[in-house]
Amino acid sequence: MAVQTVDSTTDTAASTPSAASPVDLGPAAALSCRECGHRVPLGPVFACEECFGPLEIAYDFSAYDTEELRKRIEAGPANIWRYAPLLPVPADVATKPNINPGWTKLVKADNLARELGVEAGKLFVKDDSGNPTHSFKDRVVAQALEAARAFGFTTLSCSSTGNLAGAVGAAAARAGFRSCVFIPHDLEQGKVVMAAVYGGELVGIEGNYDDVNRFCSELIGDPAGEGWGFVNVNLRPYYAEGSKTLAYEICEQLGWELPEQIVVPIASGSQLTKIDKGLQELIKLGLVEDKPYKIFGAQAEGCSPVSTAYKAGHDVVRPQKPDTIAKSLAIGNPADGPYVLDIARRTGGAVEDVTDEQVVDAIKLLARTEGIFAETAGGVTVGVTKKLVDSGLLDPSKTTVVLNTGDGLKTLDAVAGTGLTATIRPNLDSFREAGLA
Amino acid sequence: MSVTVRIPTILRTYTGGRAEVSADGANLGEVIADLEKNHTGIAARVLDDQGKLRRFVNVYVNDDDVRFEQGLETATPDGAGVSIIPAVAGG
Repeated sequence: MAVQTVDSTTDTAASTPSAASPVDLGPAAALSCRECGHRVPLGPVFACEECFGPLEIAYDFSAYDTEELRKRIEAGPANIWRYAPLLPVPADVATKPNINPGWTKLVKADNLARELGVEAGKLFVKDDSGNPTHSFKDRVVAQALEAARAFGFTTLSCSSTGNLAGAVGAAAARAGFRSCVFIPHDLEQGKVVMAAVYGGELVGIEGNYDDVNRFCSELIGDPAGEGWGFVNVNLRPYYAEGSKTLAYEICEQLGWELPEQIVVPIASGSQLTKIDKGLQELIKLGLVEDKPYKIFGAQAEGCSPVSTAYKAGHDVVRPQKPDTIAKSLAIGNPADGPYVLDIARRTGGAVEDVTDEQVVDAIKLLARTEGIFAETAGGVTVGVTKKLVDSGLLDPSKTTVVLNTGDGLKTLDAVAGTGLTATIRPNLDSFREAGLA
Repeated sequence: MSVTVRIPTILRTYTGGRAEVSADGANLGEVIADLEKNHTGIAARVLDDQGKLRRFVNVYVNDDDVRFEQGLETATPDGAGVSIIPAVAGG
């Protein structure tokens, strides 16, 4: 069957890409403001000139036949480029030097399900620690790299809480770009090393992530930042689309079925909104049956502007000063916060938060039940999942996917108290004396 | 009180391409009103129909986000730097 034009940002038809947008970014037709619908040609811009709202990619998918598209996707490759027809990338993207992330494991988590009181066979962990730099950020950076190439940039930059810095460094190295990234000066040492090792410039800013982000936003308007592709600023509309691939993969790995419930961490909120966009696209394209799904957002209590607004019934998000061990989620002024509230309410989900102590407990719980070592953000999603089950907001009889967005090796400090069970002499008596037999 | 206002790229059509302009006002609301006098149309981009800061605009007076201060009532001392920045960055 032929499918209709899918334009997730407005109801109007997408414009002809070649007329207004000479760059080749596949099905991407234009940029459209999520707030007011104002349209501009594809370019390295991110905020609407009319209302400051976020610009998003509008697509023209009108040429696709559903079953042909499904076969094309299933033919691979085993990375996010299997979904190239649904992304703002050229058709030959898989031949270009990139980090080729994605197609990470969807782990059936029956042991965790038993501990949480979820029905067997219904709980899954989407384990994105398996990406090239061990976090989901490789998905978004791979997209941004293609946009940077299309717009003629040769330097990649970003504001980062750590994971993104590593992903940008690696992608720039692979593609032969210069990289210069900015992070809060007091990040976890593991993340600093995992970003610096790729050889790009890594700059610590004396301040928190929101300060770093502000600095990058100012740098982009200054001659000093001219010609730089900031993946999460002037390339943000392209970058953010990478998170759609999480939705695509989850559905394909479930046998082209929508998950009934999904628990997503919230930092800026971009990932959650793009997962929703991806699910909506699959429905409109006819690749999955249109059934209800609920999206739940997860935050750490020490940086919970979205869950605070959700619980108060507000539709605006009041910024907070972050104070949590979940530093990859420590964005006190989340750009997509209002949209997260809209999506949680529209789908019947919720936004919840957990304490740092609960984060650590959840990291250990996931590790001992499923053999998955999550970074603190994964502890937040697992911890919030437990809280949602306990409170009855999450239905334990429905298919639920929990996201682990990064590797625990990046945040070893969080579980620093974990260590040896015993120290013994190298003989059997000592082994027995220690109660290990 | 005279302050320096940093203008984001998307508003520079109103300032003749200038990245920084001067404005007067004892608080942010007055500074924006003064900007409007000299750069007609700029206020409607920064403020919504109710005269409040648009939700996707961040404004800093020196290093302070005015949402943590008094919003449009935030004082703008002589010589202060005011930055207008799109809020949709990051993450």
